[in-house]
Amino acid sequence: MIRYAIKRLLLAIPTLFVMLTAIFVLVRLVPGDAASVILGDQATEASLRALRTRLGLDQPLHVQYLSFIGDVLSGNLGQSLSSGRSVAQEVLLVLPYTIELTLAAITIGVVLGLPFGIAAAVGRNSWVDYASRLVSLVGLSFPAFVSGILLLIVFAIQLGWFPVLNTSGSGALERLRNLALPAFNLGIIMMAYVVRVTRASMLGVLGEDYIRTARAKGVRPTRLILRHALRNGLIPIVTVVGLYFGTLIGNSVLTEIIFNRPGLGKLILGALNARDYTLLQGLMIIFAICVIVVNTLTDLAYGLVDPRVKYK
Amino acid sequence: MAATATLVSPRPGTLWTAFASNRLFWVGLVLLAAIIIVAVFAPLIAPHDPLEQNIVVRLEPPSAEFLLGTDGYGRDVLSRLIFGARISLLVGFLAILVAMIIGATIGIVAGYVGGRFDQLVMGLLDVMLSFPTLLLGLMIAAMLGASLQNLIIAIAITEIAPFARVARAPTISLKQRDFVEAGRALGFGPVRIMGVHILPNMISDVIVMSSLWMASAIRTEASLSFIGLGVPPPTPTWGSMIREGFENILDGWWLAVFPSLAILVTVLALNLLGDALRDAIDPKLRGE
Amino acid sequence: MTSASAAALDIRNLRTEFKIGEGWYPAVRDLSLSLAPNETLAIVGESGSGKSVTALSILGLLPRAGARIGAGEVLFDGRDLAKLSEREMSMVRGNAIAMIFQEPMTSLNPTMTVGEQIAEAIVIHRDGSRKAAMAEALRLLKEVKIPSAESRIHDYPHQFSGGMRQRVMIAMALACRPKILLADEPTTALDVTIQAQVLLQLNELKQAYGMSVLFITHNLGVVAQIADRVAVMYAGEVVELADVDTLFARPTHPYTEALLRAMPRADQSSDSLDPIPGSVPALTAMPPGCAYAPRCPYRQVRCEEQRPELAPAKDASHLVRCPVRIAAEVSA
Repeated sequence: MIRYAIKRLLLAIPTLFVMLTAIFVLVRLVPGDAASVILGDQATEASLRALRTRLGLDQPLHVQYLSFIGDVLSGNLGQSLSSGRSVAQEVLLVLPYTIELTLAAITIGVVLGLPFGIAAAVGRNSWVDYASRLVSLVGLSFPAFVSGILLLIVFAIQLGWFPVLNTSGSGALERLRNLALPAFNLGIIMMAYVVRVTRASMLGVLGEDYIRTARAKGVRPTRLILRHALRNGLIPIVTVVGLYFGTLIGNSVLTEIIFNRPGLGKLILGALNARDYTLLQGLMIIFAICVIVVNTLTDLAYGLVDPRVKYK
Repeated sequence: MAATATLVSPRPGTLWTAFASNRLFWVGLVLLAAIIIVAVFAPLIAPHDPLEQNIVVRLEPPSAEFLLGTDGYGRDVLSRLIFGARISLLVGFLAILVAMIIGATIGIVAGYVGGRFDQLVMGLLDVMLSFPTLLLGLMIAAMLGASLQNLIIAIAITEIAPFARVARAPTISLKQRDFVEAGRALGFGPVRIMGVHILPNMISDVIVMSSLWMASAIRTEASLSFIGLGVPPPTPTWGSMIREGFENILDGWWLAVFPSLAILVTVLALNLLGDALRDAIDPKLRGE
Repeated sequence: MTSASAAALDIRNLRTEFKIGEGWYPAVRDLSLSLAPNETLAIVGESGSGKSVTALSILGLLPRAGARIGAGEVLFDGRDLAKLSEREMSMVRGNAIAMIFQEPMTSLNPTMTVGEQIAEAIVIHRDGSRKAAMAEALRLLKEVKIPSAESRIHDYPHQFSGGMRQRVMIAMALACRPKILLADEPTTALDVTIQAQVLLQLNELKQAYGMSVLFITHNLGVVAQIADRVAVMYAGEVVELADVDTLFARPTHPYTEALLRAMPRADQSSDSLDPIPGSVPALTAMPPGCAYAPRCPYRQVRCEEQRPELAPAKDASHLVRCPVRIAAEVSA
């Protein structure tokens, strides 16, 4: 297991470098002169030059690259062009909200999705199975912002159960009301995914020989499903859910925009509109790091959960 | 000496019966066909000019004249919806086509060459695959600027990795097969072998997956348009219509709801189609 | 033939059906067998003969959808197992009747230690603490001769070899001292040398525990080693039933003869290997008369029209489903 963990961690490093390089290339793909794009047509030559120096754009490319990598590794993600605060600060301001939303969504997705997925697999071709598959298919077809808007219209505007715009109350109930619709939006989509994956995984497991052996031993259905089938079925489910995390981040960006929640999503939108390329670059780096961390953790979790990897 | 005949994948007959019997497949197909027809014949079907502004009738709810209502500039929502189908389908189709060509090529080459090169490519692919599609598309589109062309490029890039993956796996198993050995013995160059012998045998797998990914591409396109990174106004796209609807959400529910439904139906149709196709290839998922 | 009242297990007219398309087709047709206490009855046949289905039917382990017991009784301990509910059956399984399977590589749960899996069988059916169950599991592991059992008990199945895993399966099956052990080709997937060890061990344990064993196999060599009686199955029916010496000395049914001829033997050159021409009829295309007739060198017109019954050959304990051959035997 230790060997596996070390191998996995080592793998994360080149991945990080590849991503950073890709981001570097991407940001410099902006057509035209970055400085004039940022400052606009009215900028004076002097201010353009000052900006270029400040951004290091007058240096040769490889020097820029090296200082970029150096900055990132030392934790300096640059400064937001529009607010002047460091990127790290901007992120930290909104991070709690994003984490809160993500955790709530994952909880809803898993808590609702697992039982339906299991029920669908066990009651193969029964109405539960068809219903779950249909619902999850529809759920997966909604782009996150579409479902968000529909939820907003129905529950907030028409029915008035939830606030339309994020209220700034700090009471627990207020926070829950603010959190409910966006978390539900993300959670439903995740649930659709979890139901699919659980069903597929459990179907595979239930057909395995050791399930038949357990049944031949006299193991009762409940224990058969929970202890024997699920325990084995969880292994691929965990992996796949971890991979879903990337999509979750993408969806949460859209959700935050729709429900006007502070978070990394709104930050990106603001940066896009303000052409704040430093902030954008910093945010991309943060996302990349998040994705790598989650993928690595998922792989490590997989190593812990599957005894065949744990005891090699 | 006659050239070695190519072996066609032996499955088409059974494959067809497998998914033709799936009801959902037909639902998806019919829906998709309807949408394509609407898009192609848009100028004939649309009751009004999608770009025609008429401030007098702005923000009208659905009525006899404007079946789905009007937007903030008095433009007919239904007509804009119909023309929006063109953009979504066009972008989805082209992006997937480009991604398929580039991705499959990368996959076949990597699979065929093998060794270090393959490992390197796979590593890069894994990195790309793990990155959220939307964010990747967002970043690329943000950097390149909003236009139809850039949108297609951005989305295509996000879908390259899956195609490469799907093309690589059968290549690896195919390259061990006898007819490839025979081709090599006959002195066929690698390009010929890859193009003429390996490609036709795995093309069906790739095409099957493309419908699923087209659904993903259209979702991404809508999302990017919604954020503002899509085709610039006044061209109607479903994503930007939803954005307008969102901004005016208190003025008219119909502005956001109808384009939302349009996206939903299109993506659903493609998902149904793609699922049925994929299930036909992988029976275990059907629960048998 | 043992008297029915003393039989450990008595199967009467069992008919097990599978759903193919819209119809139900029998994989086991009108099968009657009885298993005496402490005897090893071997069921021999090709794949598709219905031998595994028979064993699965006894324990009600058929897939719930698409399979059912259409008719017949499985009498055990005064009850008809075929009529029991799932809950009642689960109290019999692993307890009074246990089963071991063919593929040791995939038949053990990869996420539970070997000790846990054996102990589970005990915990389900007996009162007592987990500690006691684990102690018994250890004892069982030693009994099946797993070396270093004390440390191996905490290992996972993937850390054992195929032969070892099969022994673990045996230990698990014997945990509750079953009266009957159903063994579905337990040695088929093993190396020949390991096979011999496992068979020997099975026999010793059978003596020690006083069990009956229903041993399913397609390998006549194995049958010769361990069986007391043999039932030959073809297309879902028993076609010959005899004690082991009689079967090898005087195989009467044409299928049995053919099987013996097709078996490679040390005392014959392999040029004389005789594969049986033709193949087993499909479930959906069962001929009206004798199922073996299409492949039978002795067939007569009535064979294809009338389904033959099981009848005694020279002595009462030797049953054969072939009037043609019985007549030939009797007059010989």
